[in-house]
Amino acid sequence: MPIIDVENMTDLDKAKMEVDQLKKEVKLERAQVSKCCEEVMEYIQSGTDDDPLVKGIPEEKNPFKEKGGCVIS
Amino acid sequence: MGEMEQLRKEAESLKDEITAARKAVNDASLQDTVSGTAVVGRVQLKTRKTLRGHLAKIYAMHWSTDSKLCVSASQDGKLIVWDSHTTNKVNAIPLKSSWVMTCAYAPSGNMVACGGLDNMCSIYNLKAKDGNVKVMRELAAHTGYLSCCRFLSDSEIITSSGDCTCVLWDIETGTQKTVFAGHLGDCMSLAVSPDFKTFISGACDSTAKLWDIREGQCRQTFGGHESDINAIAFFPNGNAVITGSDDATCKLYDLRADQELITYQDSSIMCGVTSIAPSLSGRLILAGYDDFNCNIWDSLKSERVGVLAGHDNRVSCIGVTADGMACCTGSWDSFLKIWN
Repeated sequence: MPIIDVENMTDLDKAKMEVDQLKKEVKLERAQVSKCCEEVMEYIQSGTDDDPLVKGIPEEKNPFKEKGGCVIS
Repeated sequence: MGEMEQLRKEAESLKDEITAARKAVNDASLQDTVSGTAVVGRVQLKTRKTLRGHLAKIYAMHWSTDSKLCVSASQDGKLIVWDSHTTNKVNAIPLKSSWVMTCAYAPSGNMVACGGLDNMCSIYNLKAKDGNVKVMRELAAHTGYLSCCRFLSDSEIITSSGDCTCVLWDIETGTQKTVFAGHLGDCMSLAVSPDFKTFISGACDSTAKLWDIREGQCRQTFGGHESDINAIAFFPNGNAVITGSDDATCKLYDLRADQELITYQDSSIMCGVTSIAPSLSGRLILAGYDDFNCNIWDSLKSERVGVLAGHDNRVSCIGVTADGMACCTGSWDSFLKIWN
């Protein structure tokens, strides 16, 4: 695969590359933002309660808990 | 009209069309959608471990998929693989070039990679039969610094570079499979989608680009930032992307709406974002800043809900474990801290 050397491309080549890319992007099918927001919200909310950094981790289940302390048995 | 002028006009006209198309689907805001949701409670994470051993600025860290081991890269010329539960150093790998800017752990756990001002991506085999960690491959072809690298598997890795391109490499043969060109500024960061079919890159041209790995094409370009994008990550569901920029803001872009949903900013924050990572559910966005702190954002409500303060210099890298149990920050103060 030929190496595309952006730093040595002429300004004209860069401009052509940009236009070609924009022509592709203009054809994208875009979903309604309202639908996307709903989905993001639902996805996050369904996982928030089980998110260890949000709800906290009980001391005994924390693999990073600090060592030390005495146990009287 | 010269050809250059014609192309410039064509580009402007296409950009206007795209802006209009995005506006046409922009029928709601995330703020309004979540108005009935309460802000998540104050998040107070504690430093559980401090990983000490590097002798100079830490530039990068990456968790292994086992959520226990992690690798860090420092300009002391070392890659260190840590057992984050015990703080023991599993491997201390001396590098040929100390000007390292990035490191990565392979999903299999068999390899790590790094690179920087040497313009190369060096792959190290952690599981060599004789027990010694050696350079397995040196991937050389970039004409600029290596800013980021991420393994797809033990046989493929993607790199981003100051030469404005990203490259997909065949590790076995050491050759470039695909060159992803399109950014008009240094590529600073990349992240692979959860399904490994696409990746996103953030660059000094203030844009983020979504690339189809197999087709070798840029699918989408996201603007809006006013300065270099230094950090980028996929949202856990793979349908959104978060970015962190020198313009002191983070943004959430939705891939299907092809636009920004929200910006995470505060007038009191005036320094650049260096690193970014979502929590397991995506509810929290942890972002490292030049002012030595890491801010924790409620991703839905766009409010700061916590701060990780504990480093004595810039937070250069951040990562959340795959199981979501902890986050790790790496700093120019030479320490890594594990928080939860």
